[in-house]
Amino acid sequence: MKKYWREGEPMVWATGAAMALTLMIAATLIVVILVNGLGVFWPKNLTLATLDDGSRVLGEITQRKPAASGEGMRLQFKIGNRDLYGLDFRWIDEANIVKREEPAAALTLERKEYGNFYGMLTSVSGPNLSGTDLPALERLLERVKEEAEQARNLDKEMAALNRDVAKLEQHRQKLTHQGDEKNAEDVAAIDRRLQELRAGFDRIMADQAAAAAELRGYTATFVAADGREKTLQAFDIVRYYPPNALGAFAKSWVYLDKVKELFVGEPREANTEGGLFPAIFGTVMLIFLMSLFSFPLGVLAAVYLKEYAKDGPLVRMVRIAVNNLAGIPSIVYGIFGLGFFVYGLGSGLDQLLFPERLPTPTFGTGGILWASLTLALLTVPVVIVATEEALGAIPSGIREGSLALGSTKFQTLVRILLPMASPGIMTGLILAMARAAGEVAPLMITGVVKLAPTLPLDGTFPFLHLDRKFMHLGFHIYDIAFQSPNVEAALPMVYVTTLLLVLIVLMMSSLAIYLRNKMKKRYTYGTF
Amino acid sequence: MDQDTRVTPAAEPDVPVIDVKKLNFYYGNSQALYNLNLTFPRRQVTALIGPSGCGKSTFLRCLNRMNDLVDGTRVEGEILLGGTDINGPAMDVIELRRRVGMVFQKSNPFPKSIYENVIYGLRSAGVKDKAALGEAVERSLKGAALWDEVKDRLQESALGMSGGQQQRLCIARAIAVNPEVILMDEPCSALDPKSTARVEELIGELRQDYTIIIVTHNMQQAARVSDYTAFLYEGLLVEHGATKKIFMKPKNKQTEDYITGRFG
Repeated sequence: MKKYWREGEPMVWATGAAMALTLMIAATLIVVILVNGLGVFWPKNLTLATLDDGSRVLGEITQRKPAASGEGMRLQFKIGNRDLYGLDFRWIDEANIVKREEPAAALTLERKEYGNFYGMLTSVSGPNLSGTDLPALERLLERVKEEAEQARNLDKEMAALNRDVAKLEQHRQKLTHQGDEKNAEDVAAIDRRLQELRAGFDRIMADQAAAAAELRGYTATFVAADGREKTLQAFDIVRYYPPNALGAFAKSWVYLDKVKELFVGEPREANTEGGLFPAIFGTVMLIFLMSLFSFPLGVLAAVYLKEYAKDGPLVRMVRIAVNNLAGIPSIVYGIFGLGFFVYGLGSGLDQLLFPERLPTPTFGTGGILWASLTLALLTVPVVIVATEEALGAIPSGIREGSLALGSTKFQTLVRILLPMASPGIMTGLILAMARAAGEVAPLMITGVVKLAPTLPLDGTFPFLHLDRKFMHLGFHIYDIAFQSPNVEAALPMVYVTTLLLVLIVLMMSSLAIYLRNKMKKRYTYGTF
Repeated sequence: MDQDTRVTPAAEPDVPVIDVKKLNFYYGNSQALYNLNLTFPRRQVTALIGPSGCGKSTFLRCLNRMNDLVDGTRVEGEILLGGTDINGPAMDVIELRRRVGMVFQKSNPFPKSIYENVIYGLRSAGVKDKAALGEAVERSLKGAALWDEVKDRLQESALGMSGGQQQRLCIARAIAVNPEVILMDEPCSALDPKSTARVEELIGELRQDYTIIIVTHNMQQAARVSDYTAFLYEGLLVEHGATKKIFMKPKNKQTEDYITGRFG
């Protein structure tokens, strides 16, 4: 027995068990996200259940659990039709169900408002268009799509006009802010121009109203499971499919279409449906900007600490402080970012550059610039530590070899040390990026929003709008999981968003790891 | 490159290239070298011998100021290179290291191609002319007896060479910048006998053009390759003279004990 302990057998078991436990936790997490996230967009069959009281229910079966009475099971139906029933979900005891069938004619409709509608098509109507079958519905939606295109052009015209007006108004503000007498003429000219532009508003608005009225003319009527009829405007229908009539292949098409919408579409219904494009874009851009700030800052600081600073108590203290910086709660960084960047630097910039817009803040409010700077601050210790370690791992013979050949310290650094340290520096950047991608708390007070009307990068001058607020997948998860009015309906989106965030982090890390390995092959000492 | 700055070689070999006068060296408060007076004649090989910790390497590193890199070191006395004190204001340390090259105990090729390794010093000195660089590579590799082995793979990594080849590459790298003096700090201690023999042969050839100062633990090696030998013990210069004299008829009892292997 003594021998058993001495040889460390229990240690082997303990270490193995610890390893297995951590692996299991991580694997469980990944599997849960994958299973739930990947399944969300698969078109589920619709079940029409006839209950013992004669009423009928149509919907997707989402859960099966023991009944409250303790006997038998109960089913959770996603019955949709929020505008008719007021609820999306309903629990039904299996004992109460008399008959279950999957009618081929049952349709799932995804709508712009009120969530899904489940029912059968009764009729289709529009100018020069009518019918009662699916091809008719298809024709209807085609026509609406064309009309909507025209309406969108009007919207674009309106947006352009709005932009012009805003620009002129800003210019006018600037002129009046300067308070110079000579500007009076210019201001008058601007006022005249504004008047002209505003006349354009009325014209476009009238056109828009006409287009909307025309769109309203296209409708489709459906009948719900309880026999109630509902007439929907075709414009509100995002997608329809009869899941029970589709084979696996056709369902795959629907699945892919929904995935595409996820990546390129805009969110709707308080973010619980639709696409995630703005959030994906915001997340990637935030991490990118963060790297842009923290990478050079961290590397330069580490080079100073390791190569130029004379080792002593002060340098050691700085090093300990840097290491501890990495352990400060991220919300503290957030508050610092809010106080220093947003209220300090931001307000200062506003007074300096945009005094005419005050008190409306431009940079003096949360935005992607301040959020990424805050994250850069949060991750810079990681980069510093990694760079210092990478520089320290270079054999001193290499340094001496370079200096002994008459190279300066700077030449040695640039030509030998930094290239050799680059794999280690990249590792630091990967860690920093992974940490930044997972942070939500500091963003919430430095510029993330539930719904951003515009992206921080677009086609209008100056293209990169660092003052804009942005959407973020991490905040999106928090928002729809805990802040949405209909949590149960939002649940699938939570899984999808989580999966997407994990994927993005994975992809950015993979890219960095690929780069690191490429550098490693070139520069690492003695691995040939 | 630095042809102009190079002192024209004097005809007689006994004109010293390096003249060390009253050298004291300290690591912080502890003294490592005591009052060394020593000259290194032009185009001769001088071996520094002595037991571990006697200050050979420290002394060698004083000659191209590599000890500057160590915090808390202090030098007293004069080291004259062609008449100029290397620790004085008239000497730039970069310039000094170009004139006094060094080969280390452990071969330390850079993780670059063989070509880039050889021209590293020239690049640092700002030489950009491709033809001049190519010419320097051939001359240096030939000088280090490496040309025939690597001429077909100059663009390959230097780390793929054998240990002996790496050490000879380091020698080639050192002579590429046309130094006056080459310092060698136990250049063969990590090599097998065959590579050692090649490097020793090479030292014999290099002494025609360069002044060489070599630190070694191997008595036979010192006897084989050097013209002069200096024996250091605990920071003191015990005996200095022609190698033959030192090995045949040492004046000092300590020297005799050391070279006959009775201690050290």
